[in-house]
Amino acid sequence: MTLSDQKYGAAITLASLLVFTMGAALFLGYAPLGVADVLWALGGVGDERHVFIVQEIRLPRILLGAMVGGSLGLAGAAIQGLLRNPLADPSVIGISASAGLGAVVAIYYGFAAMAAIAIPVFAIGFSITAMLILVWLAGKDASILTLILAGVAISSLAAALTSLAMNLSDNPFSLNDIILWLLGSLANRSYTELFLAGPFMVVGWALLIAARGSLPALSLGEDAAASLGVDLRRLRLQIIFGAALSVGGSVAVSGAIGFVGLVAPHLVRPFVGHDPGRLLVPSAFAGALLLVLADIGVRVLPGETELKLGVVTALLGAPFFLWLIIYTRRSMR
Amino acid sequence: MIETRNIHVSLGDHAAVRDASVRIGIGEMVGFIGPNGAGKTSLLRAMLRLAPIGGGQVMLDGTDITSDPVHAHARDIAYLPQGQNVAWPLTARRLVALGRVPHRTTWMDLSAADDKAVDLALHATDTMSFADRPVNELSGGERSRVLLARVLAVEATVLLVDEPTASLDPYHQLTTMEALKSAAGKGTAVCVVLHDLNLAGRYCDRLYLMHEGAIVASGPPGEVLSDENLAAVYRVTVRRDDRGDVVVDKRLSES
Repeated sequence: MTLSDQKYGAAITLASLLVFTMGAALFLGYAPLGVADVLWALGGVGDERHVFIVQEIRLPRILLGAMVGGSLGLAGAAIQGLLRNPLADPSVIGISASAGLGAVVAIYYGFAAMAAIAIPVFAIGFSITAMLILVWLAGKDASILTLILAGVAISSLAAALTSLAMNLSDNPFSLNDIILWLLGSLANRSYTELFLAGPFMVVGWALLIAARGSLPALSLGEDAAASLGVDLRRLRLQIIFGAALSVGGSVAVSGAIGFVGLVAPHLVRPFVGHDPGRLLVPSAFAGALLLVLADIGVRVLPGETELKLGVVTALLGAPFFLWLIIYTRRSMR
Repeated sequence: MIETRNIHVSLGDHAAVRDASVRIGIGEMVGFIGPNGAGKTSLLRAMLRLAPIGGGQVMLDGTDITSDPVHAHARDIAYLPQGQNVAWPLTARRLVALGRVPHRTTWMDLSAADDKAVDLALHATDTMSFADRPVNELSGGERSRVLLARVLAVEATVLLVDEPTASLDPYHQLTTMEALKSAAGKGTAVCVVLHDLNLAGRYCDRLYLMHEGAIVASGPPGEVLSDENLAAVYRVTVRRDDRGDVVVDKRLSES
């Protein structure tokens, strides 16, 4: 068997599963709609309330779930490839925390009250700013280690400033908003958010997927990768900006949803021969699938208060992270 | 053909390479020897422009490439750094296929020519039998042969190889040197950093002896590996066995 025989099996399988799951998600929710009701409503006919529920509530939520999950899965895979570390995640290099800070600033200073689009704009702006600081700190030829440490520093600063904003908030209403924001959710999102954040995400995806050819060479270390024709500086910028755009856009619409960028690449890696380039697209589909599934779980779980999606992914993701640390330590010895 | 002209490399305040001029021609296998810290690795990295060049020139086939970025000559110069870390548990074959990266674009699959180059490299390094095993499950010596295969798979005109025989058993030390020799036989300029003086003497057409950043001797192995040179640079006395190989006798005293 030669390597050229191995095609895009993982991507195709996951994409099919994703489409099927997104379709199934349309039929699930609080409002007890029958299969026929949903199908009619999709075509825009039938009961007006049904049409509204399916087209204006369920559909944008499912689409956003897939886009956010896809962004996180793709960015996670790309960042892990760049840092050569299966424990890296958009949150590790400070993108999620900075985007969250941007959103909190928008809420705290009342920009969000003036115009709802302030939240996405601030989140994306802050994550890009954070990444520029990261590039400046890490310098032209920084090692991977410097990049990680700079990311940790930026993460901590963003978290501290977020706490400061909450600490100083004299308006209990906005404090409540901030806390709810930080929990992460896809509930009550509309096409407004989708159209505002979507273009940023798409540009981010394109940048990240274009790293497909360069990431495998980086498995051998930076020197060997450079000798194989990889422009390391360009690759770093490409992944940093790609991740800032896609994750910043995601946090803007959904708040902080952690661990998808960690779990998705890990699940897919064995099916692509651990190749960090071939991992990218399947990991995006896996992230989308995971988040749509988790959101279905949140919607169908019985209870007075709907669980926040970010709480669920953290509850499932954090123990996984711990397990992954132990597993990685063992297998690297 | 690769050449350095009066090259200088400074790492911090330390002059790692001083005024080194070397030239490795087509089909030549040239060894770089010298004690730890003599500047062998830095000189190799200077040829790649990976080390900061503080003066002098690097010439590839007569063209000045001193200020070209590292990634600009990936098809011409292949480099095997020391060490054997591989970030992901790729199979040996997939790792060797990384040598074909300079020949492909982002979405291109491996061509028949790529597959052939990978197979040839696996054969040359005696690694075909575990081509489909993940590299993290291989022994250190097996992995370093796979990494050598990766460099051979580039099919570059210049091969820079840093200590390829470290951690290898005697049989595979010979396999490795023969693989490099055969690459040279096909017209590649091979530069190899070695610690084993006898492997260097037996396989290399010429040797450069480095000491404290400078080239202190160069020429055919018989001349470079003289008792006087070894005493001056390595601070050891040597004997010769009946086939002329160097047998280290004892350390020279500090005085």
